[in-house]
Amino acid sequence: MLEIRWHGRGGQGAVTAAKVLAKAIVKAGKYVQAFPEYGPERRGAPVKAFDRIDDKPIVIHSQVYEPDVVVVIDPTLVTAVNVTEGLKNGGVVIVNWQDDVDKLKKLLGRDDIQLWTVDASRIAMDELGREITNMPMLAAVVKALEVVELDVVKEAAREFGIPKIEANLKAMDRAYEEVSKR
Amino acid sequence: MRVAITGNDAAALAMKQINPDVVAAYPITPQTQIVQTFSQYVHNGEVDTVFVTVESEHSAMSAVVGAAASGARTMTATSANGLALMWEILYIAASLRLPIVMTVVNRALSAPINIHCDHSDSMGARDSGWIQIYSESAQETYDNLIQAVRIAEEARFPVMVCQDGFITSHSVEVLDVLEDKEVREFIGEYKPAYSILDVDNPITVGPLDLFDYYFEHKAQQIVDMPKAKDVVLKIGEEFGKKFGRKYGLFEAYMTDDAEVVVVVMNSAAGTTKAVIDELRSKGEKVGLLKPRLFRPFPAAEIAEILKGKKVAVLDRAMSFGAQAGPLSIEIQSALYLAGATASDTPVSSFIYGLGGRDITTDNIKHAIDVAKEGRHGHFEMLNVRE
Repeated sequence: MLEIRWHGRGGQGAVTAAKVLAKAIVKAGKYVQAFPEYGPERRGAPVKAFDRIDDKPIVIHSQVYEPDVVVVIDPTLVTAVNVTEGLKNGGVVIVNWQDDVDKLKKLLGRDDIQLWTVDASRIAMDELGREITNMPMLAAVVKALEVVELDVVKEAAREFGIPKIEANLKAMDRAYEEVSKR
Repeated sequence: MRVAITGNDAAALAMKQINPDVVAAYPITPQTQIVQTFSQYVHNGEVDTVFVTVESEHSAMSAVVGAAASGARTMTATSANGLALMWEILYIAASLRLPIVMTVVNRALSAPINIHCDHSDSMGARDSGWIQIYSESAQETYDNLIQAVRIAEEARFPVMVCQDGFITSHSVEVLDVLEDKEVREFIGEYKPAYSILDVDNPITVGPLDLFDYYFEHKAQQIVDMPKAKDVVLKIGEEFGKKFGRKYGLFEAYMTDDAEVVVVVMNSAAGTTKAVIDELRSKGEKVGLLKPRLFRPFPAAEIAEILKGKKVAVLDRAMSFGAQAGPLSIEIQSALYLAGATASDTPVSSFIYGLGGRDITTDNIKHAIDVAKEGRHGHFEMLNVRE
């Protein structure tokens, strides 16, 4: 089973990204759960969302404590919350990041991880005119994890009713190309 | 068709496919997304339902009582304090033997204010005369709601189908969806035995009934309610034959050779299965008994599975001042009636997850460890600060 934890801020769409991924995973014939960590819903406050992915039905319903993958869709969260908390040894970290990568590595403080970065903020500003990074970050996740084809995820995003869909699909294509392993 | 959908939307989808004549519901918090999604089906003309939004849950239940008494197939939805506000009319719906189906998202009662999962709401309604069915997942919620229509109409009791607030209601899970036609054929046409609108055959509904006949009417409820077990079993079998997912009074998971059996309802039963799979792979003989039907309670049938085993009962509600949570009291009573003793079937009781506190695999392993020691009468709260 693969467990993914998304870090975002209220209103940035981390929960939506987790749900769109779930819809795509089902299309690919696998099993999935997607759920947010529910607290008071405040715009701008740090929020978490989760995906569980497996080839067989998933029965566990507890929270995710030791994720295999962490996704950070807002770069300011790297210093605001402990994004690597509980992350499994050798786990994957995918960060929306435009600054120096060595600085990021230092902030994350883990040398066992597989780090991927993409400047999703810039892609979102270019394509959407707003810093809504959830869909480009989803594309980056798809590239890093290889759990489902990008086309299936794009189809799921369209069916989900993601706003500004054409611009978002373009942003996804770009993020898929531009994300790189560090 | 297989889709990724929340437990709420799975319930709303079942309602759409059931296509009830009347749905009355309170549309605001503590209502869930179920009614929001269903109202979109109404707006889009995808159902024929008369949808009545009312000013309270008390009114919601009153409206469906009126509609059901006139012979309509009726449904409603609620959660938490909303269910508590229906209290008075729950008894009226059950005592009038109206086949109302209600989807309940189990959430905590105030105070303090909390919107998350526990079973205080439906456990508070356990004595109201409603059939209660509990669901581990979005799939079970969906399947149970479809079966509940038949169960209510054949047993002639209202049915509430419960699922865990947020844990399944707001989580996206995989759902195998039936075709609309399959659902409609399975539930069939509703032919009410009586209707207050049938002027050629006038009836009286809910008149004054003092010490002369009240007790006889209650006696009918007392005698008839346990018979609903047979209806639940029959319909669960038929559902299994038609759609490949068979349902019984409970699910016994690896109990045959188990030395320790965990008894727990709804989503935590899924987490317990994961624990059992792990412990079984290490050679530990553990199992799960997940009650599906809580009212009427299948006491003899459950005792047959549990007798001679060490039992850990996990409750997500408390009857304050009682010896244990409501499920544990029920299990202990069932075992005693079946002749079990403290030495052959020790029962440990645990309260977990109030107000949405997570229950972890480690919490469940701890309960199993305690039960293994055969600590009969042990009572403990899991994952709570001292």
